[in-house]
Amino acid sequence: MFRNQYDTDVTTWSPAGRLHQVEYAMEAVKQGSAAIGLRSKTHVVLATVNKASSELSAHQKKLFKIDNHIGIAMAGLTADGRVLSRYMRSECINHHFVFESPLPVGRLVVQVADKAQVCTQRSWKRPYGVGLLVAGLDETGPHLYQNCPSGNYSEYQAFAIGSRSQAAKTYLERKFETFMECTKEELIRHALFAVKESLQEEELSSGNCGVAVVGIDEPFVVLDPKTLQSYIESLETGKEEQQTMEETGTDDRQSLQVQHEGTGSRGISVGAGDDSPTDMET
Amino acid sequence: MFSSAVSTTSAPNTRTSQPIVTGTTVLGIKYADGVMLAADTLASYGSLARYNDVRRIQKVGSSTLIGASGEISDFQSVLDILEGMTREDINLDDGYTRTPAEIHGYLRSVMYQRRNKGNPLWNQLLVAGYREKPFLGYVDLIGTAYEENFIATGFGAYLAIPIIRDRWRADLSEGEARALVEDCLRVMYYRDCRASNRIQIAKATGAGVSISEPYVISSDWETANFDIRHSTRGSDGSSW
Repeated sequence: MFRNQYDTDVTTWSPAGRLHQVEYAMEAVKQGSAAIGLRSKTHVVLATVNKASSELSAHQKKLFKIDNHIGIAMAGLTADGRVLSRYMRSECINHHFVFESPLPVGRLVVQVADKAQVCTQRSWKRPYGVGLLVAGLDETGPHLYQNCPSGNYSEYQAFAIGSRSQAAKTYLERKFETFMECTKEELIRHALFAVKESLQEEELSSGNCGVAVVGIDEPFVVLDPKTLQSYIESLETGKEEQQTMEETGTDDRQSLQVQHEGTGSRGISVGAGDDSPTDMET
Repeated sequence: MFSSAVSTTSAPNTRTSQPIVTGTTVLGIKYADGVMLAADTLASYGSLARYNDVRRIQKVGSSTLIGASGEISDFQSVLDILEGMTREDINLDDGYTRTPAEIHGYLRSVMYQRRNKGNPLWNQLLVAGYREKPFLGYVDLIGTAYEENFIATGFGAYLAIPIIRDRWRADLSEGEARALVEDCLRVMYYRDCRASNRIQIAKATGAGVSISEPYVISSDWETANFDIRHSTRGSDGSSW
């Protein structure tokens, strides 16, 4: 009832102590198509659901390289996201020029958060309508952060934002304890499974999703459609190496594998012994 | 300027055009455990040996050393700038501290920018430190910057470098490095009119950063080289 009276201005508090304009901005993030991030001891993977506005158009770009050691995935108003990525790239380059070293991810994330906060405290501005998942590497290892229109930021082991991100989050919550020890390929497969959860009815293909990776001694790179397609195929078709990996996996994996063989439709599952494909089928 | 009776005063030139109170050579060498810096503790006022206990080597952060030659007041300015940078890091409170290489890069940017504005910080600086591996870099008043295994500023570039070239190895022990650097500073004391025999030696290693208290090095002025009573005309190769 009171919402509509106090939500015209970002600089107006509601009696309940809320800034409705900021919350509406976060709503814009929730409406955007999903973005997912997860990390291991050596890599961070970002994945996005790519929506094309019509069959005739190309899909929107949601994965951006910021520097060799940092990249982002966005959900929400991608135009706002482009502006933020231009700012982030500029900060990284300036840091390189002055200090001759890469900008630590944590510091960049705080700078973006402070920039977003300014927009929540000026009557002539509006909050950014985009949520960012920032994947980056620094001397303490790989990191995954989320930046919010509210100016908040937090670090995550794995996270998902955007529409139907809850499905992806549920998958990630189930699996995240195994992520630290994953190889790059396993991590990418987990990311693709999470994207699959968000897509629900649609078939996963290199046309409707995107994946990017950054790792120790591996600069940030957005996977090209061919590589992406082969990862997607490796989710569906069985591979000898996957089965061997399964069998030499941890106890966790073995117990999941047993479960999987019990339901037994597709003989071999892939990716750290999870049984998602089977779930999807039944 | 004008020949009229009333003279108009113009604003003074506030850009540094010459150094006034100066320090001479700073030496830096990498050795087995890390990096060593050495310098005397004299600040000259032209030809006057004015201030005898000037600490021309200072600590920055927890793993870096800076040694300065040139205008001492500009060195103090540089230390203020670096203090500001260190303070920003502390306030960000994210556990990240600047590496010696980053401090070197930062100083390079500052020095070059000042040079472009026509108002240089009149120094030649050595940045030394140890973070996983030893670092030794040089920055000067015109923004020149480079890294090397051993560097000398000022007169040391002419007097000390040849001595170091002869004796330097990457695996010098601390004792050998100290001896080398002391020998160089002794030669500086003999031959550089703006040098003194009161020196400091500092080192940056995996165990941290430390600067010794100043001490006086020995010298021998009785040798034939310096005493006209024992003329050695020609014997050391010189004619006077």
